[in-house]
Amino acid sequence: MKFRIDIRRKDGLADPEGMTTHKALHNLGYTEVTAAHFGRTIYLEIEGTDAAAAAAEVETMCRQLLANPVIEDFEIGVVG
Amino acid sequence: MKVAVVVFPGTNCEYDVAHALDLIGVDAELVFHQETNLSGFDAVVLPGGFAHGDYLRTGAIARFSPIMGPVTAMAAAGAPVIGICNGFQVLCEAGLLPGALVANRDLSFICKPVHLQVESARSALTAAVAPGAVLRIPLNSYEGNYVAAAETVGALEANGQVLFRYCDDSGAVSESANPNGSMGNIAGICNDAGNVAGLMPHPERAVEAVLGSTDGIRLLQSIPTFAALVANPR
Repeated sequence: MKFRIDIRRKDGLADPEGMTTHKALHNLGYTEVTAAHFGRTIYLEIEGTDAAAAAAEVETMCRQLLANPVIEDFEIGVVG
Repeated sequence: MKVAVVVFPGTNCEYDVAHALDLIGVDAELVFHQETNLSGFDAVVLPGGFAHGDYLRTGAIARFSPIMGPVTAMAAAGAPVIGICNGFQVLCEAGLLPGALVANRDLSFICKPVHLQVESARSALTAAVAPGAVLRIPLNSYEGNYVAAAETVGALEANGQVLFRYCDDSGAVSESANPNGSMGNIAGICNDAGNVAGLMPHPERAVEAVLGSTDGIRLLQSIPTFAALVANPR
């Protein structure tokens, strides 16, 4: 099984990379862009056949190590 | 007093910290992160560097190194536990201090002396310094931007747990004196008991006149001063 974890900066925390990219898109004429947010993606490959159990375990991994709940939110998806 | 200076793979300030402690007559010993026993030590310093390559997030992997078991136990027992730069990031990731350190506001690595105003003398990093003192200490970090939930910062402020703020050379705390975007210009904090303390600038790099400042001595001297105060309360 392959899981995709998207980790993003919490709303309200400054994202200088996103703000700079947003500004660059504006300079190129894409004035309809209202915000750009950067994040990180982790792909996990996991042995086993019980998808629900694996998803629950991935969530635990996110809370324990992969994301920092003080500054980040995460979303787990299944790939393939 | 004997201080353990923890060495993670990627730590690079351990010799500077041990040398600085030696200068003030404190016995320091380097301890590798795989160690699971800190008996015989009275305090711990987590020095700066790039523990475990700073992979994932700064300090995220270091907080699970075996040494963090006894470090956490010493923190709970009231012994001085100090985090400098990367060590501060490790303490935050480990939940021994609140908040987190993220990339600097301007996305640049900052390496320069900064001025710090000492806010509180209630910690193992400030017990030998008078509140209001302005110190000149080198900052050397990319992820030095302190963030925390507004209520966390409010509680730190109300409880006197903000130890240092970035300021100008006259001691004025302002946005223009904030090098990295830290909330409230916060450069260092402590836990409620004051024994666990962290800061982003490097006091061990300001301990001899030839380094441009000796202000770091008072911060490091606070480790034995705090331990003595805890042992013999006034």
